[in-house]
Amino acid sequence: MSDEAARPAAPVARYVPGSGTQRRHVLVAIVNNRTGVLNRVASLMRARNFNVEALAVGHTEDPAVSRMTITLRGDDHGLEQLSKQLYRLIDVLKVQDVTQERHLEHELALIKVRASAANRSEILKIVELYKGRVVDIAAESIIIEATGTEEEIDALVALVGGFGIKELVRTGSIAMQRGSNVIEYEGVNG
Amino acid sequence: MTDRPGSGRHLPGGGSAAAAAVDAARAVMLHEAKPRGRTRIGADVVCEALLREGSDVLFGYPGGVVLPLYDVLGDYPALRHVLVRHEQGAAHAADGFARASGRVGVCLGTSGPGATNLVTGLATAQLDSIPVVAITGNVVSALLGKDAFQEIDITGITLPMTKHNYLVRDADELPGVLAEAFHLARSGRPGPVHVDITKDALQQETRAPHPSQAAVVARLPGFRPTLEGHPKQLRVAARAISEARRPVILAGHGVLLARAWDELRQLAERAQVPVAHTLLGVGAMDETHPLSYGFMGMHGWKHVNRAIQAADLLIALGMRFDDRVTGKVSTYATGARIVHVDIDPSEIGKNVAVDVPVVGDVGRVLRSLLPLVREVPPAERAAYFAELAEWRRESEASSWHGSGAWRDGLLSADYVVSRIGELTGHDATLVADVGQNQMWLARYAGFRRPDSHLSSGGLGTMGYGMPAAMGAALGRPDKATWAIVGDGGFQMTLQELATLVQDRIPVRIALFDNKKLGMIRQWQEIIYAGNYHSASLLGPDYLKLCEAYGIPAWKATRPDQVDAAIAAAQAVEGPALVWFEIAEEQNVFPMMPAGQGLSDLIEKWEGAAE
Repeated sequence: MSDEAARPAAPVARYVPGSGTQRRHVLVAIVNNRTGVLNRVASLMRARNFNVEALAVGHTEDPAVSRMTITLRGDDHGLEQLSKQLYRLIDVLKVQDVTQERHLEHELALIKVRASAANRSEILKIVELYKGRVVDIAAESIIIEATGTEEEIDALVALVGGFGIKELVRTGSIAMQRGSNVIEYEGVNG
Repeated sequence: MTDRPGSGRHLPGGGSAAAAAVDAARAVMLHEAKPRGRTRIGADVVCEALLREGSDVLFGYPGGVVLPLYDVLGDYPALRHVLVRHEQGAAHAADGFARASGRVGVCLGTSGPGATNLVTGLATAQLDSIPVVAITGNVVSALLGKDAFQEIDITGITLPMTKHNYLVRDADELPGVLAEAFHLARSGRPGPVHVDITKDALQQETRAPHPSQAAVVARLPGFRPTLEGHPKQLRVAARAISEARRPVILAGHGVLLARAWDELRQLAERAQVPVAHTLLGVGAMDETHPLSYGFMGMHGWKHVNRAIQAADLLIALGMRFDDRVTGKVSTYATGARIVHVDIDPSEIGKNVAVDVPVVGDVGRVLRSLLPLVREVPPAERAAYFAELAEWRRESEASSWHGSGAWRDGLLSADYVVSRIGELTGHDATLVADVGQNQMWLARYAGFRRPDSHLSSGGLGTMGYGMPAAMGAALGRPDKATWAIVGDGGFQMTLQELATLVQDRIPVRIALFDNKKLGMIRQWQEIIYAGNYHSASLLGPDYLKLCEAYGIPAWKATRPDQVDAAIAAAQAVEGPALVWFEIAEEQNVFPMMPAGQGLSDLIEKWEGAAE
C-alpha cells in the first residue's frame, strides 16, 4: 500500500496567472444604457489593475444598451479574468474579445497641423494618400480628419508630424466582427 | 446674465424651473414637519419590502433625511429596529445577523457621515460574500450635487465595495429596486447591496406594487448565476477524484453559503478524502469527524499545510485561493492538479491556474457529482491516512498548551478558547474579532455546527467581533452567542455595549486582554527584529467599564479561574463579559511569513518558545 501513497513526481513551479505573454486585445462590452455604468466599468478596471489604452462608448441600434470598445494589453489569462470581472457587474450584458476572430477596427482622429501656403499642397497629398479629409483650413493650419486602424492613424500622424502637430485627438477604436456574425445578448427587452 | 429684481436673485439660474425646485427642496429640508397623512409613501415601501423579504430586524441610526422612515417605523410592529451607537456597528450587526441566520441582514443610516460610517461594514461583507442590504437616505433630489448639508456621493463611494448599488429618487421605483436589491444580495455569490434613497422619494406617495420574483429576474438580464455544474466538467472532476491517491478537499465559505455541509461530508466519505478548511470554511465539517483534517493557511495547522503541499489533487469547494491560504503561488502544492468548484466564474483562475474548473453552486454541483465518484474503500488509503495521522500528532504536540498555562504560568489564550468551546457544548455561535484572537478561535475552539463561527476573513476588520455578535444573537436566538475579542478590536467598537444593554441582546464577551496589539507585536518581534512600535495598548479597567454600563463582568488571570468565569457569564440572562488577562507575549504558531510559501512555516521563535 505504500505505493498507493507515493508522493507525486518532482514538483515544478506552479504557473502564476497573469505572467504570460502580453498582447493587445479589443473587448466589446454590451452594457445597460443607464446612469453610472461607465463609472462602474472604469472603476472595476482601475481597481483590478487593468491598464486601458482606449475606451469608446456609444449608442447602438437598441436604445436600452450602450456598446463599449475597450482596447488594452494583457496576457490571455488576464483578459479572461477581466471579462469575468466585467460579468460580475449587473449592468454588463455581454463581453466579447473580438481579437479572437475576424473583425474590423476603426478609430477617428482629428489632427491640427501647421501649414502655410508653401507646404499645404504637400500635406494635402499625404492626406489624400491616407484617405483622410481636410475639414478646416486656416491661414497657418489645417485640420485633418482621418479614420482607420490604430496603425494607419499612427502612420499618418508620424508623416504629418514633420510639419508640426498643433493638436491631436483620437476616439479610440470601435470594433465589429466581419461577416454576418453579431454579438448576441439578452437585454431587459428579451 | 443680469439679475432681475424679484426673480430670486441669489439663486443660480434665477427664475428657471430648476432653480425654483432647488428653492422648494431647501424649504422642505428646513421645515421638517409635514402633516402625517397615512397614505402610502416611499418609507412605507421600505418597511413592506423588509417584511416581504423576511428581514424583520434592522440595525440603524436616525438622521435628518431618514426621519420620514423613522416616522413610519412605529406602524410596523413586526419590524424590530435596533438603535446602534455608531453606523459601523449597524453594518457589522447586519453582517452577523446574515451569517448566523442565513437570511439577508439589513442596516440603515442617514446621508453623509451616517452613510460613510457604514462603509467599513459593507466592505467587510463584500470581501466575505455576505448578503446585506444597506439603506441610506440622501438629500432631497433637487439638492443632489449641491453639497447640501450632510450630502456626499455615497453611491460613488460604495460602488467598488458592493455587489451593486442604487440611487433612488422616485418612490415609484422603490418596490422594484428593493426587490432587486434583496434578490442580488442573496442569489448567486451573495454580497452587500446598497440602496440610497433621497428624502423626497421616502416622503413621496406611491401606489407602485412590489414585483413578483419572476419580474425581478426578468429585470436583471445581466445577472444569471450558473447554479448547475456543466455535465462534462462534472465527469472530468469525478474521474480526477476517483483516480487521485493523495487528494485533499479544501472546504471554503461557499460550502456554508450553499448550505452544502451534508454533501461535503458525503463526498469526503465516499471518496475517502481528508477535509481541510479555510478560515471562513470553519464549521463546514464537524471537526470531530475522522475525515476533518483542520484549518489551513498562514496560521493553519502544519499538518494540514503539509498535506496540501504533498497532495496530488486539491478539490477546492467554494474557496478562492486567498494569499493567506496559498502563500507564494509558485511553490503552492506543485504536485497537485486542482479541481475548483465556485459559483463565481471570476474566482476560477484568478489566483491560481486550475485544471478542472466547475462553475456552480457547491451544493448542486456536489449532488450531481456524488454518483459519478468512485466509492473508495478506506483500506485503499491506509498508508496515506497513517502518514496524515502521524503528521497531525506531531503538529498538535508542538503547538497546543493543554495545561492552560503558558510560559511562567501565565494564562494561555488557546486554553481559554478551548474551554469556551467545551463549556458551550460546541454549539454556541462564536464570533471572532481580528488578529491573534481570531486565529486562536479558528484553531482551538473545536467547531461542530455550520454557521457557528463568524470571522471577518477577507477584509480583516478590527472591531467586527462585538457588533457582529450582536446581529448573530438576534439572527440565531436559539443559540448562545459569544464574541471573542482582543483588547485592540474591542476598544474600536465598544460603544455598542450600550446597545446590548438597551436592547437586551444576550451576547457574552470573552475579552482576551494582553495589553497589546498582539498580532502587530508578533510581526514586529519576528519580522521586524523586535523593533516594537505602537504595539502596547492601554485599556480601561474593564470591570469598572462594565459596571458603568450595567453589564455583569468577571475577570480571570489564572487557568484555574477560567471555567468558573465562563460558567458565571453563561448563567446571566443578558449581556455579560469575561475579562481574560492572558500572557502578553504569546504568539500564534505556526506562522507563514508574508511572501513565503506554505512549506516555510515558522513554528518557534527564540525567546518566545512555544
